[in-house]
Amino acid sequence: MTDLIFENVRLLDPAAGLDMAGALLVRDGRIADLGRGFGRPEGARVIDGDGAVLCPGLVDMRAEVGEPGGEYRETIASAAVAAAAGGITTLAALPDTKPAIDDPALVRHLRARGEETGSLTILPYAAATKGCRGEELAELGLLREAGAVAFTDGARAIGSARMMRLILSYAKAFGARVVQHPEEPTLAEGGAATSGELATRLGLPAIHPAAEALMVARDLRLLRMTGGALHFAHVSTGEALGLIRAAKTDGLDVTCDTAPPYFDLNETAIGNFRTYAKLSPPLRAEEDRLAVVAALADGTIDAIASDHQPRDADDKRLPFAQAAAGGVGLATLLAVTLAQVHGGAIPLARALGLLTAGPSKVLGVKAGTLAKGAPADLCLFDLDAAWQVEAGELPGRAQNTPFDGRALEGRVIGTWKAGRRVFG
Amino acid sequence: MHPPEIESVLDLAESYALLNRSGKTQRDLLRGRTLINLFFEDSTRTRTSFELAGKRLGADVINMSVSTSSVNKGETLLDTAATLNAMNCDLLVVRHGDSGAPALLARKVDAAVINAGDGTHEHPTQALLDALTIRRRRGRLEGLTVAICGDVLHSRVARSNIFLLSAMGSRVRVIGPPTLMPAEVTRLGVEVFHDMREGLEGCDIVMMLRLQKERMTRGLIPSFREFFRFYGLDAEKLAFAKPDALVMHPGPMNRGVEIASDVADDPIRSLIKEQVEMGVAVRMAVLDMLARRNQRND
Repeated sequence: MTDLIFENVRLLDPAAGLDMAGALLVRDGRIADLGRGFGRPEGARVIDGDGAVLCPGLVDMRAEVGEPGGEYRETIASAAVAAAAGGITTLAALPDTKPAIDDPALVRHLRARGEETGSLTILPYAAATKGCRGEELAELGLLREAGAVAFTDGARAIGSARMMRLILSYAKAFGARVVQHPEEPTLAEGGAATSGELATRLGLPAIHPAAEALMVARDLRLLRMTGGALHFAHVSTGEALGLIRAAKTDGLDVTCDTAPPYFDLNETAIGNFRTYAKLSPPLRAEEDRLAVVAALADGTIDAIASDHQPRDADDKRLPFAQAAAGGVGLATLLAVTLAQVHGGAIPLARALGLLTAGPSKVLGVKAGTLAKGAPADLCLFDLDAAWQVEAGELPGRAQNTPFDGRALEGRVIGTWKAGRRVFG
Repeated sequence: MHPPEIESVLDLAESYALLNRSGKTQRDLLRGRTLINLFFEDSTRTRTSFELAGKRLGADVINMSVSTSSVNKGETLLDTAATLNAMNCDLLVVRHGDSGAPALLARKVDAAVINAGDGTHEHPTQALLDALTIRRRRGRLEGLTVAICGDVLHSRVARSNIFLLSAMGSRVRVIGPPTLMPAEVTRLGVEVFHDMREGLEGCDIVMMLRLQKERMTRGLIPSFREFFRFYGLDAEKLAFAKPDALVMHPGPMNRGVEIASDVADDPIRSLIKEQVEMGVAVRMAVLDMLARRNQRND
């Protein structure tokens, strides 16, 4: 492979605290050198960044990829296309598929399917319970050996306190983190929107935001009992974030992520029954959105995940309460996050940290850094280029974006996986 | 029990072990005395061991198991005690599914009560026979590192061994998945390991525990294949212990669950059959000592 050199770029690697104008050299699919003042090797292919930001390929710690069992919504191949367009080179795939990823062979299969794309490393989550049914422990040890990155029942909350205790306790022996969908299932059952004035006006069945805080409080107490490591996915309320913040101060091994809809949108996005804005957890009130932004800034939130949930048009073309929850998020992950940078809520380095080093640390993987010798997984983006999200025009198969019509600044110019260009 | 008491039981048991091997008996020692094996839980090997021990010392041995007792007819444990007391038995060997049941009985009967295993509490004669087996092979208990592996949470064998071996100066480790580890177990003076290879490093004795099959249905471990992979003793994991480490199991074994057959049947390193042999000797010593004590009290 010929050498590849990025010149005239702003090198930004939150893992190393690096933010400087310089160049980066790729040799044999790995980062050979970076910084200022190294020569351009003879015969190297040159990419002139023209001042654009070169950062590690993004690490998306939470996405559905449609396989196995949901191929009509998305395939790994189509998700890989959307991911590459979004600058994502590593993605943790949820296990509540059909069948659920509760067998070591399925974990290996998903890893291999990722490799086949040539553009996306798939880190498979494995089921915490058999079939993600919440009843019996899955074979966490064997799944971990097969390459499971962490354990979760995906969009299904682990409802039984006894089961959660067992999972946290058992997973500890294998050094794996447990990821919870923080929603008390009996309170959330049948709900379609966050409870409040809007849900009342629209006459929608509601989920009280306390359903999130209750589950977080319970699980933090269990974590204190068992030891181990816990992660809360797509946290969306100020109350839950307050509990997590306090638990971190107490030294518990707890982490959390949120997803762009929870800091970019609020409940009003569902407007006149827009099902593309029906998400799980539901979009919250403005004060919760502001609390999420504050938690991004103060470090309570460790990562921003796309929370990509591909849905077929028919899943959404239904009365609001019956429509499937979930929105796509791969292609918009970076730009919606950058909106917080442009808006002044968080600095650029912090925003990128939440998309690279942050999730890598939560999952305990090596991706998401510009270290010398690391695979050249790279994302080159123009911080200021303006574009508009348009459902129907997004890369990948599924088009159910809650950001339809949103004007954004910041666009991926190119994505490289192990030194090979996979987008742009 | 204090170390000197334990030593004296082991010394006496040692002499019975030699006697048993010589083929002689001492049938006059407990002649005319009655031993009742009162078993509220199924057990073949412990009951047989006590029965044999009693008979070798000349006692009249009666076996009562729950299926033939009045308990099924609604009699309480204390009613049973009163009934047995009226029969003037001398030695009462009790196995019960509830922790503390033998202790309750002991307060209500005149006979000497021997705990043959109560719930997840204790199994003292098992610990004594394990200690005797180790002492015969290693010449001592002090300074040895002993790993107790598997379902520590539900194991009375583990508890009794932890108490006895620690008292005798062994270093005790417990190894198992966190879901099968009792809370605050380190307070009993043991080191806890969840990684078996790490835990076996440098051990002199590897003591496996029986995994009760119903633990699976309670969901504490996901599958037998996973348990065997991470906590089953096979040659590969045993290689992490000392090269001359010895293997023990209280029986009955689940081959392929907590122990691989080649390890269990290893003629040099496995002490499993010797444990059974020492079981009879230890129980003879215990019966002997208690009978003598009661005689003095008479």
